[in-house]
Amino acid sequence: MKHAPVAPAPLHGGDRPGTEPLLLVRDAVVARSGERLLDRVEVTVHSGETVTIVGPNGAGKTTLLRVAMGLLAPDSGTVQRRPNLRIGYVPQHFSLDATLPLTVARWLSLSSNATPTQREAALIEVGARGLDGRALQELSGGELRRVLLARALLRQPELLVLDEPVQGVDMAGQADLYELIARAAAARGAGVLMVSHELHFVMATTDRVVCLNRHVCCEGAPESVGKHPEYLALFGGLPSGVAVYTHHHDHAHAASGAVVPLAHDHHHPHRH
Amino acid sequence: MYDFLWRALAGGIGVAIVAGPVGSLILWRRMVVFGSALSHSALLGVVLGLALDIGVTAGAILVCFAVALLFVALRRDPRVSDDAVLGIVAHAALALGLVLLVYVSDVSSELLGFLFGDILAVAPADLWWIWGGGAVVLAVLAVIWRPLLAMTVHEELAAVEGVPVAAVRLAFLFAVALVTAVALKIVGALLIISLLIIPAATARRLTRTPEAMAAAASALGVVAVLAGLGASLLWDAPASPAIVLAAALLFALSVAVPAFKSRGAPAPR
Repeated sequence: MKHAPVAPAPLHGGDRPGTEPLLLVRDAVVARSGERLLDRVEVTVHSGETVTIVGPNGAGKTTLLRVAMGLLAPDSGTVQRRPNLRIGYVPQHFSLDATLPLTVARWLSLSSNATPTQREAALIEVGARGLDGRALQELSGGELRRVLLARALLRQPELLVLDEPVQGVDMAGQADLYELIARAAAARGAGVLMVSHELHFVMATTDRVVCLNRHVCCEGAPESVGKHPEYLALFGGLPSGVAVYTHHHDHAHAASGAVVPLAHDHHHPHRH
Repeated sequence: MYDFLWRALAGGIGVAIVAGPVGSLILWRRMVVFGSALSHSALLGVVLGLALDIGVTAGAILVCFAVALLFVALRRDPRVSDDAVLGIVAHAALALGLVLLVYVSDVSSELLGFLFGDILAVAPADLWWIWGGGAVVLAVLAVIWRPLLAMTVHEELAAVEGVPVAAVRLAFLFAVALVTAVALKIVGALLIISLLIIPAATARRLTRTPEAMAAAASALGVVAVLAGLGASLLWDAPASPAIVLAAALLFALSVAVPAFKSRGAPAPR
């Protein structure tokens, strides 16, 4: 299955594992006050591949993302990113002081060179149409997640790094948002590395799951990880009645909560 | 014959203009405690300036830069709470400055000026510091404005997007330190922080973009300087505290007037 590294993968296209990875974390150790937050962790992400990290609180999920993006240097181990890798990042925590008057549109314009048309298209793509004039602090949890995603997409990312991308979103909206992320990544041929609190929600859109509890407990296809003894030991106490969202919606929820028809096909004609 | 008044005006207006954007950034970045620590330790700079005979402002700049570097060093250690340490640094520096001042100079008559400002005693050399230093600060801010705003919204996100966060942060800290040092003569070590944050907080209520807020803060600061100096002339009020008081009155007006006018409707943001 695994081949020796070959020529760099093209920027856009649904490459599968076997080409040179976007991101390769190997043997990463992060320690604080003698305690290992990450213990010899390995993660690989290829173009077009979605890797989901699951794990309990304090498992080092966010730390791993920070190491992967180069925000935190591991105490030992290596991190290889493809040269000049463009990362679109959706952080978990976002707290903006109320004294900063900043609209969504202005913030989106701050550090990307996207045109106003591109910005509007990105907001429409994530179901956040019409939020451009709103102050960032006034957004609801779900609206903020969508706006953060729009900003990440505006960078034309080769790798999307998403830390709890549905935090603050109601249950129905969570499945929608995961589907939206999958569509957006597929349309760009981008790899996705995301942290999720719950495996069942992301099963349908994830290629590989890494179960993390400071060390990698297990890794593999979502179905196999879901049955792995170590995974069950960590999550076995959860109610098992949570539905797996694999069905397709015939409508989408706009950020306002209004039901809008699914109109994504003409945004991404190359998906056909 | 009113030379001292023109110098006071020129110095006060110069500081107020620079204080607008810097004060706004201090509010946005939740750095009021750092600003207080800087302004209080400026008094230690006075001592240094007198002891080394390099001038009060130069001494203040040196000490403020040192505190800025200390702040950078503290940020590296996640175990240290910034607020607590900066609060300790601020008052320790203030106390140390007060104690040492006695040994370097017979300054009991000037002490009040160093603590609360003596805008009517602004000398031509001070104006050079204020306008020269102010121009440097505004130039630095113009260069780092966009990346600094991006960092202020979310520092790690900005870092992922390629902003050199450590360099931008350091440049901004030096800008704050420089403003604080040159403002010492105008409002004094205890009141500098108020001239930075009160006009900015007032401007927040009147504006909808970061740039408008920064500009409005500058304008409100200038109004406060004019009002304070006017009160000093008319009623013989101590000028520097009168400036701060005028700024606070403007803030109170910005809170009260919209509430009164619209009677329960949301105040303009």
